Amino acid sequence: MFIVILFIFLGIALGYTLRTRLASKVGVIGALNGRITTWLIWLLLFMLGLEVGSNKQLIAALPTLGVEAMVLSVSATLGSCVLAWALWKSMKVGEKR
Amino acid sequence: MKGSLIVVAFFVLGVLAGRSGGMPEWMLSSGTSFVALCALLLCVGISIGLNPDMKSDIKSLNPRIALLPVATILGSWMGAMAAFFLMNNDVCSLLHHRQLTDCLAVDSGFAYYSLSSIFITEYRGAELGTIALLANIIREMITLLLTPLLAKWFGPLAPISSGGATTMDTTLPIITQTVGQRYVALSIYHGFVTDFTVPFVVTMWCTLA
Repeated sequence: MFIVILFIFLGIALGYTLRTRLASKVGVIGALNGRITTWLIWLLLFMLGLEVGSNKQLIAALPTLGVEAMVLSVSATLGSCVLAWALWKSMKVGEKR
Repeated sequence: MKGSLIVVAFFVLGVLAGRSGGMPEWMLSSGTSFVALCALLLCVGISIGLNPDMKSDIKSLNPRIALLPVATILGSWMGAMAAFFLMNNDVCSLLHHRQLTDCLAVDSGFAYYSLSSIFITEYRGAELGTIALLANIIREMITLLLTPLLAKWFGPLAPISSGGATTMDTTLPIITQTVGQRYVALSIYHGFVTDFTVPFVVTMWCTLA
């Protein structure tokens, strides 16, 4: 986990250095970086699919356990979103005062 | 929407390729996906470093927003309770062989599917562990696919809450693309706090059986 956090900070330092040293190229670097990001997201989701697809037990159990998992994940996500919405609303009220 | 469909396409392609069994061993190792994840986070870091407005972005956030991880955790538990009481009765018995603490433990994964499913398998067996894996993968998928809709319906904090423990890595790019760069700091902070609580709350609900 700490290695993962380390890479974010490494990237921030690198991005900051690039911005101060190569100020004129920030637009190009940003666009290229965005493109690489998109490809890496696709790669990681492909690999998540590989992990599920190559596990025979998981594939066989998918229909029965999947419905229960679906219900539990949707309910947890909705519950979180409702409280996040309430927090956001309460902040907007605070800003108006 | 086009972006979401491409994401699903890559996942389905992965499932099919995994089933065919023709993939080289290195593609399946956790080491390869870890390297890809680190590369992804390096790119996310670079985009933060390239953004000159980062400092003012953090300052522009309301201090009350620090409570967002609490909203995420309590909201997930509210959802688990609602699902249990709606689906464990005479009318609907989908969850009839589950306990309330089972549902709470599964939903305490906050999309951190690898760790939560390992813990739950250890405490409650492989069946609930598989449900935890699927439920938390689905939660991550919901966030990846529906972030624009969630932001539209529930405001800019909802995709971060929905992403749970993943908002500092896998779902960070899609969230900041949708609600804006000024939420990068909040998203990382939220992911860090939520991620840290997963082992504790999952263990708590599993041992409260």
